[in-house]
Amino acid sequence: MDNVSFVAMASIIGASLAMGIGSIGPGLGMGQAIAQALSAIAQQPDERNSLTRTLFVGLAMIESIAIYCFVISMILIFANPFWGHFVKAGG
Amino acid sequence: MEIVALNQISPDQVILWSWGFITLNVTILYTWLVMAILVGGSWLVTRNLSSDINVSRWQHLLEVVISIIRGEIGEMTKKGPDHYVPLIGTLFLFICVSNVLVIVPGFVAPTSSITTTAALATCVFIAVPFYGVSRNGLLHYVKEYFQPTFIFFPFHVMGEISRTLALTVRLFGNIMSHEKVIGILLAVTPLLFPVIMQILGLLIGVIQAYIFAILSMVYIASALSAEDDVQEEVKKEGSIA
Repeated sequence: MDNVSFVAMASIIGASLAMGIGSIGPGLGMGQAIAQALSAIAQQPDERNSLTRTLFVGLAMIESIAIYCFVISMILIFANPFWGHFVKAGG
Repeated sequence: MEIVALNQISPDQVILWSWGFITLNVTILYTWLVMAILVGGSWLVTRNLSSDINVSRWQHLLEVVISIIRGEIGEMTKKGPDHYVPLIGTLFLFICVSNVLVIVPGFVAPTSSITTTAALATCVFIAVPFYGVSRNGLLHYVKEYFQPTFIFFPFHVMGEISRTLALTVRLFGNIMSHEKVIGILLAVTPLLFPVIMQILGLLIGVIQAYIFAILSMVYIASALSAEDDVQEEVKKEGSIA
């Protein structure tokens, strides 16, 4: 197997692994956060506005981890720096 | 015909017109379009404002938007929203309009380019020390970086930079990923399912605009909060004495 196809294979496998494994943790964390926020709203419906705002800010923080994984996999597939290097070197 | 191909990660790569070192790419064009819509629309509506009972429906729209923004900001800062509405409201309106206009065929959201989101996040990065210094003075603001001891200085600086990076990548990743997902779905299940994903995309776009505005407000408020606490303590002690 030559270098270019090896880089392509490694990039695709790496991208899918990054997306798949990287979304497990944020999924668990967001589920936990939403469950806690729902029970808090059920206990104190008056505090609904501030709870919802805090929930959204926290969800954005958790979600950015999954977004990092997604951006990394997008870079690996569409804008791979190693790919261009090997294509240039191989002619 | 799609303007940005599926394997192009950013609309910056699509160059419409170039003359010498000046290039006009899709991102700049649509940023100007969104700016023109916002400025022109506001100018048209605010030409003849009225304060009696008969208010035009567009004036109602702008009043509702502004009062919601003022209310949200006012809940987060105790001292009134007037200082922060120009920055936070502009960020929210720009991001929201450019995300929602995605349903218009041929429109490419300028927020799906990482340069736009990096510029917006840089505005917040500059605004945080600006508000902090203008409220508390330079000495007090710099002293915050050395709390609780001077060892924490590099961590504070790293926090400032990493949250700007997070702000950039979050907005870019959400909007860009949605465009890519819809492009892939159009190839796989052409008729009905992409429409549902478009509706979901509207929701995501508005929520991301809200989150961007709220997070920048949180960052600005964190640069102000210490002084407020001190003043409240002083007031309490004064009332006891």
